[in-house]
This record gives sequence, C-alpha cells and structure tokens, in this order.
Amino acid sequence: MGKQATRVTVNGKSHARVVDARLTLADFLRHELGLTGTHLGCEHGVCGACTVLLDGRSTRSCLMFAVQANGCEVTTVEGLTPDGGLSVLQQAFVDNHGLQCGFCTPGMLITLTELLRDNAEPSEQEVREALNGNLCRCTGYAGIVAAALDAARQLRAGTGG
Amino acid sequence: MPVLTLPLVEIALLAEPKLACFDGRVRDAAHSSFYNYFGTLSLAARDTISPGKMKPAPFDYHAPRKLEEAAELLASLPNAKILAGGQSLVPMMNFRYVIVDHLVDLGGIEDLRGIDVAEGRLRIGAMMRQRDLELSPEIARHCPLMAEALRHVGHRQTRNRGTIGGSLAHADPAAELPAICAAYDAVVHAASVRGIRAVPFRKFSAGFMATALSPDEMIAAIDLPLWRANAGHGFHEFARRQGDFALAGAAALLDVDAAGIVKRAALALFGVAEGPLRLAAAEAALTGQVLDFTAIRNAAAAARLIEPISDIHASGDYRRHLAQVLSTRALIDAARRAGVDV
Repeated sequence: MGKQATRVTVNGKSHARVVDARLTLADFLRHELGLTGTHLGCEHGVCGACTVLLDGRSTRSCLMFAVQANGCEVTTVEGLTPDGGLSVLQQAFVDNHGLQCGFCTPGMLITLTELLRDNAEPSEQEVREALNGNLCRCTGYAGIVAAALDAARQLRAGTGG
Repeated sequence: MPVLTLPLVEIALLAEPKLACFDGRVRDAAHSSFYNYFGTLSLAARDTISPGKMKPAPFDYHAPRKLEEAAELLASLPNAKILAGGQSLVPMMNFRYVIVDHLVDLGGIEDLRGIDVAEGRLRIGAMMRQRDLELSPEIARHCPLMAEALRHVGHRQTRNRGTIGGSLAHADPAAELPAICAAYDAVVHAASVRGIRAVPFRKFSAGFMATALSPDEMIAAIDLPLWRANAGHGFHEFARRQGDFALAGAAALLDVDAAGIVKRAALALFGVAEGPLRLAAAEAALTGQVLDFTAIRNAAAAARLIEPISDIHASGDYRRHLAQVLSTRALIDAARRAGVDV
C-alpha cells in the first residue's frame, strides 16, 4: 500500500526514490539519504530540531511527507556547511556558546539562516521571535541569540568566514 | 517496562489519561485540543512500527492538479482525508490519532491559491500559506486585522506550510484565523462533486472542532466582506509562551463616523468556547454610542457573562478574566486606529 515515486533535490543533488507515502521528509533525509544532521526530537512539530529549508523556507520536516517534497529543493544543515570549515553563523555559535549538547543546533541554524537572509539587521526581539519554534534545553537561548546577532554583524560587515 | 522501550502506540495509551482534563476533554500544551476530538485512540494499527521510521499508518497518496479531480477523489475514495498544510493533521497522523486510507494533497492545485479584491470583499484561496498571507500587501491593506493575527499563528516554520483553509477546517477553538473569519462574517466556499456552496461563517463553525463541511467537501476559498478603509482593528491574545495556543484572545473591528459615534462594531473571542465567539452584547453596547474609554469598558464587561472551559492550562474563571481584559485592549487599539483617542 502507498508506494510512490518522489524526486527531491537535497543540498543541490537530485535524489529519485520510490518510498512509502507515509515516510516523513525527515525520515527520508535520515534513512534514505543518510543525512543524519537533521535531528528528530518530538516528531509532532513542537521542538523544531528537524527544521530544513524547503524551497528556501524553514519547514518542519517531521510534518510533511517525502512525496510532498516531489520536485522541491531541500537544504539541510549539511548544505549550510562550506567545504573544509564552518559558515559565519556556525562559527558564531562556537564563539558565543550557542550550543551545548548540539541536538537542537541543526534546526536553530536553519531557522536563523532564513532569518538572516530575509533580514540583515534583526533586533534581539526579532531573533527571539524567529526562534520561538525551536526549543533548546541546554543554553537558555542567550548564547544562541548572541550568536545570531554576532553573525548578522559579521555578514553585514563582510568580515565573516 | 520503561516508557522509552514501549512501542509508540502504548506510549500514547500511557500518556492519554494524563491529558484528560476536568471536563472530560483532553488537551495538550503543544497541539491544543486535537486529543479531545480524537481522544479515543484508534488502535487498529495495521502493522508494526519500526523505531525511527514511519509513524503514520499506511495510506495511499493522491496529488490532484485540479479542484474537480480532488472533489472526485473525495467523493469516491473510502476513508479519505484532505492534506492542506498538514501542520495539525500530520502530528495527529504521527500519533495515529488519525488513520486514513487515502490522503488527498491539495498542494498542487493552483486554483486554490491567490488573493483577489473585488465587489467589496477580499477573497483568499484556501491553500494560501499563512506566512504568505502574513507578508501579503493586499492583506495588510485590506485586512490588517488578519495580518496582525497571523503573527500569532504557530511558528514561522508552521506558517510557512500551514494554510488558511486548513486552519478553518481543523477548527481548533484556540485558533486565531477562525476568530478573524467570525469577526468579519466571512463566507466559506465549500467545493464537492455537487459544486460549490457558500456557507456563512456563523453556520460553518459548528461546535468543538467541528464544521459544516461534509466528509466529501473541501474549502475552496474564503470571502471577507471589507469594512470601510478607515475602520480600526485590534487584536490581543494571551499565551504562556509566544507561539503557543492562546489561553484566550480577542479580535475587534470598529467603524466610527466623523462625530466619534460607533457605526458598526465586531468583537470575536477565541480560546474561551467551543469555537470562535462573537460577543454580540458588547457590539450592541457600542453601536450608536460615542466612542470613549467608558463605552469600551462597559462593552467589554459583556465578557463577564461568558462561561469558558476549564482545562489543565487555565480555569474558566481565569479565561473569563482574560476575555474581558483582552477585549478591552483590542477595542482600545481599534478605536485608536479608527482615529479616536481613548
């Protein structure tokens, strides 16, 4: 029951698979493509760890099926990372103690990538609002917010990375 | 046995009694009330659940490109359900609170998208994403009340997928968009193989997580009759964390003439009843009156008469208090935006 062909471009590479219709995009990324950078916390849309960019927009990959992503472009945390180093945002997380256990980090990075793309100079309030759908149980968010503001400054100044 | 080693279905069984609340309903912090409606678990699990893979029960997926095709599928397929944005349905499927044989995805139907302003009404396609509406210049110009409410709907990631039609069909009592439709006396266009029928929102909203839609019907579009351009709007809700379902909220529209007399008022509450609640007594108290703080305070006092539900998140008494405070704030904002300094 319910097998379906889907073709999804992930981090620039096209993947065609026949999958169960009920396979979530998150499980497709992790189990079919081996891209385990996308983390699954709650699997019902609350924690935000599984957030990916779907056609450039932050999306919970646990709340859609891989067949729905047919023809779409997906960017995961692996796709945010330049060869041989860290992105400006990723380095800012390191510098500002923006992560501790690291479980929420992929979702945080994806959400903030979308924010900084659309808003080069976010206020602290705007950063916090953007992050209201991403739970972190370690940091208390202060380091994450500082990392986002730091990355935004560096990207505006063109001094990062 | 430690909970973590139990199959998901048994975890859901264990968890379910904890979620029961005082009036026999069930609520959850994250997804509000869907457990109430689907509180009796359908445990007809048709297969074993392999850890880490495939939480939902199996189904056949259909992706029609035309509205007519979708209507045919809904009319002919047994146990079929519509997939709009999926931000409420897929969690329920992941928990197997909902088990379907067929899922009809409306995401590929171009006719269900778009915003159109004509003949004194704003028409919104059912599959318009909440985030697109939030950022839409047409919505900002013609329906700023909705634009303001949308910022409170879920999170950016869920608004990127969630649709207006999905929110209305899901009919969560704490949801913002049904309250906006109630305030505007919206008209819902419901499509099926029998054609499209127009349903006034007061008839569309049919109690707790229930609508006037038949099982084979889908929302095609929503019409919002426009108010005068200089009418004012106000929107306030209270949630413990930003992005959570509100404990209570209020949406207000006020049309005031040059002499400061209220020509027309609408006040819709949400989170306090089985569906959005128009506070007719408050509207009547304002209409024809000189708009000032006393008039607003007296009108909002009508919220003292409502009997909100009690659950694990808030008592009915607290919700009633919130309804009055939030009504006052929403009406004050609406008055100021209508040019009256209250």
